[in-house]
Amino acid sequence: MTHGAGPAPLVRVEGLVKHFARERRWFGLGPPAARVRAVDGVSFAIAPGETLGLVGESGCGKSTLARAVVRLIEPDAGRVTVAGEDVLALRPRALRALRRRMQIVFQDPAGALDPRLTVRAALAEPLAIHRLARGAEAARRVAALLEEVGLDADLARRYPHELSGGQRQRVGIARALAVEPQFLVLDEPVSALDVSVAAQVLNLLAELQRRRRLTYLFIAHDLAVVKHIADRVAVMYLGKIVEAGPAAALYAAPRHPYTAALLAAAPVPDPGAPRRRLVLPGEAPSPLAPPPGCPFHPRCPHPKKDARCRTDPPALREVAPGHAAACHWAEEPA
Amino acid sequence: MTEPLLRVRDLRTYFVTAHGSGTARAVDGVSFDVYPGETLGLVGESGCGKTVTALSILRLVPEPPGHVRPGSLVEFEGRNLATLPPAELRAVRGREIALVFQEPRASLNPVFTVGDQIAEAAVVHERLSWRAARARAVEMLALVGMPDPAAQAGRYPHQLSGGMCQRAMIAMALVCRPKLLIADEPTTALDVTVQAQILELLGRLQAEFGMAILLITHDLGVVAGAADRVAVMYAGEVVEQAPARELFARPLHPYTQGLLASVPRVDAPRAAGRLPAIPGQVPAATAWPPGCRFHPRCPYAWARCRAEAPPPLDAGAGEPGAHTVRCWLLTEPQRRTPRP
Amino acid sequence: MTAWHWLALAAAALAALAAVAALRRRARRTARGRRFFRHPAAAPGLVVLAFVVTTALAAPGLAPYPPRAQLDIVRLADQPPSLRHPLGTDLYSRDVWSRLVYGARVSLGVGALAMLVAVTLGAAVGAAAGYFRRWPDALLMRVVDVGLALPRIFVLLVAVALWGHVTLGPLVLLIGLTGWFPTSRLVRAEVLSVRERDFVAAARALGAGPARIILRHVLPNAAAPIIVSAALGIGNVMLLEAGLSFLGLGVPPPMPSWGNMIADGWPKMAVAPWAALAPGLAISLVVTALNTVGDALRDALDPRAESA
Repeated sequence: MTHGAGPAPLVRVEGLVKHFARERRWFGLGPPAARVRAVDGVSFAIAPGETLGLVGESGCGKSTLARAVVRLIEPDAGRVTVAGEDVLALRPRALRALRRRMQIVFQDPAGALDPRLTVRAALAEPLAIHRLARGAEAARRVAALLEEVGLDADLARRYPHELSGGQRQRVGIARALAVEPQFLVLDEPVSALDVSVAAQVLNLLAELQRRRRLTYLFIAHDLAVVKHIADRVAVMYLGKIVEAGPAAALYAAPRHPYTAALLAAAPVPDPGAPRRRLVLPGEAPSPLAPPPGCPFHPRCPHPKKDARCRTDPPALREVAPGHAAACHWAEEPA
Repeated sequence: MTEPLLRVRDLRTYFVTAHGSGTARAVDGVSFDVYPGETLGLVGESGCGKTVTALSILRLVPEPPGHVRPGSLVEFEGRNLATLPPAELRAVRGREIALVFQEPRASLNPVFTVGDQIAEAAVVHERLSWRAARARAVEMLALVGMPDPAAQAGRYPHQLSGGMCQRAMIAMALVCRPKLLIADEPTTALDVTVQAQILELLGRLQAEFGMAILLITHDLGVVAGAADRVAVMYAGEVVEQAPARELFARPLHPYTQGLLASVPRVDAPRAAGRLPAIPGQVPAATAWPPGCRFHPRCPYAWARCRAEAPPPLDAGAGEPGAHTVRCWLLTEPQRRTPRP
Repeated sequence: MTAWHWLALAAAALAALAAVAALRRRARRTARGRRFFRHPAAAPGLVVLAFVVTTALAAPGLAPYPPRAQLDIVRLADQPPSLRHPLGTDLYSRDVWSRLVYGARVSLGVGALAMLVAVTLGAAVGAAAGYFRRWPDALLMRVVDVGLALPRIFVLLVAVALWGHVTLGPLVLLIGLTGWFPTSRLVRAEVLSVRERDFVAAARALGAGPARIILRHVLPNAAAPIIVSAALGIGNVMLLEAGLSFLGLGVPPPMPSWGNMIADGWPKMAVAPWAALAPGLAISLVVTALNTVGDALRDALDPRAESA
């Protein structure tokens, strides 16, 4: 579901679910406490060499999804298939081998690097874990990786706190590339960076994708950034995907009112641009108590909103070739 | 032409670094005006000195290690805030000039309810009784669009979402109807839909109270929508200043041009290939480059740029001084061809 | 005590001062080093420790008499300090200075080794509990709770009483095995916060196993409480050993330790106070130095004080 026609997908996620339950009282014997439905049945597929952009605001579950896909968090239900292997069913040894094919880059470059390791040590670690290189060979590979991400070779001696944010993020990318993965999950990779540095890193990511034929799952809250880099886009709200489709179509004619609201709210650096006066009221409800029916209905500005929206959760269904939306009124543009 | 409400001339704030690796000249000769009722957007990336500028206006910079240099003029309604005695300055802070910060939860005291914190400002500045102040707090919360303001006034900051906390902060800032609101990255920590709400709120309140806003942000999109005039900061200086429309239509400083070109936009088709990015990175405040501070990263730089720092030059658009740029290209426009 | 001995002693003192001065110069370069030496008592504390360690190591060169030698039980017992015996003699006519210097080896050695045992065990248990959580954490922490509830001296007394005559090795082990509980709590708390950081997730994503993650990533970043525990722990152990020896249950005589020197000299306090005062002051001085160094270390390593 929700991928364009074309070669068989490299990554397929089906019905992924992750709930967080508050700890039970009475030393674990009490009744189950309220559950946070962080990821509530997400499915998508990514073709080889494609970039799927996943957008959503805070609390929509996109970071949880990112970690669940690479099995840093154990999902409660669903299936994740990468390069034909069922990620969630693998035993530890096979999982470790599969980790060579899929890697993740984190949002906060400062937190993602061990402050006690030099850059060289951080980049050599994956080589050691997977027994890819040691000693002089490892040093060579480290130098090659640094060059590939646009860093000076003598940065290898430095510690993370001696680098700038952009440099740290490049090191994080280099570390992920050390094992020569096919699939890269990028969890808000430029959100913590300055505008000009973010542009450099985005260019780097695009070039790496071309050169190494990588497949990206690019997660962000900034629609403009996603538009620049993604082939297909999926929009998340309260743990579910509410719209997914080719980037151009989704941005030009969104089918779900939330997507339309996000686009309208995105600030545009042009004072002359028509200010779309569509300001969404209220805030996203707590994931502890999602509303009945369509989760978006309390804030939905759609003129045709009706009783069905309040009671009947809309399913994610195809409304145009390769373009799906979870709205009862999705046949027309939102 | 009306008199500016706030005149900042040659503001300099330096920091002494702990182990003497030099002086960080965070704000190094910043000048701008804010007129009554308008919004001035102060734009720049991290390390350019915009937050320190905001803090320096109200002398909130911690005195060791920082200090506002003598010779800095921060004139508000005829008085120089940089040299005002502490008691008078306290009367200005919160009442005439209010400040809203980036991280709403970090700026609110976690052990007091939001209602109490808003009321406190009223008690301190307007000498209201506690009961009257509490009532005013609820009024303010309603004014900033909080649903069910009486109930929310009794909540603690950790019980409120980011957007609600920011509204509470704005309510606290506006309790005494200040003439100038300094908002330091007020929406950066918020979701984009909430950001739109807060910006709309600020616009509405500005129209209602006739107050001026100094809006500090790194987001060019926010500034385009909310500011009347824009000042772009780089390396502790204002490098370009113009009315918003003029700046976005005709950016003249290579840094401004670079920033605008490197920001991905929702309303533009996907850029085929690379985003034009500014090479290099922001220099450290302890070692600004000589001459024009942007020259190491500028595609047009030539010998004069390395040797001599350009003063703000008039770009000759409309009134004199409306559009100023710190760039020698204004005197030698034929050099505006990038080096190979 | 010949001139050579005095010279050697002066050399040891100078060596200690020089070492600490060199350390201070190097420390100026890092933020942590500067924070450490900001404590006015940190540098003197380090000098005291360096001096004591140097004298303990150089004991053969500094002690004019063998520590167990009873020089002349008839005429030289309980002699006050003199040029030949700078700290006098004890009730068995042994030179107090020589015993003090050799006793430093024993007391410090027991302190350091027992602390090593305690801190290693505590760090291992704390790291395991903090990293794996769930039932290992619950189980281990209940054991720690029991351990913390038992009074340490009491346990040691019972153990020693049951064992009969305890030699040095088992003594060190016993002290270590009864002292690891507080360290494990501190390490567990630190590990709980470190494991949430992104670089630990990154290591897992790279395929690292729990052993590598704990040893390479978690423990080095959780080192602060371990180091501080160690510094303060040596002092505690030395006091404990002194107490046990005083009760006759510690280091077996005639091997000198500061604790059993106090035990020997105590009955003769009225007649020959120097025999008990010298080791008593020595212990006080070293434990105070260890505590000040430990405090300074705690502040130096405090992550909240780190900028950026």
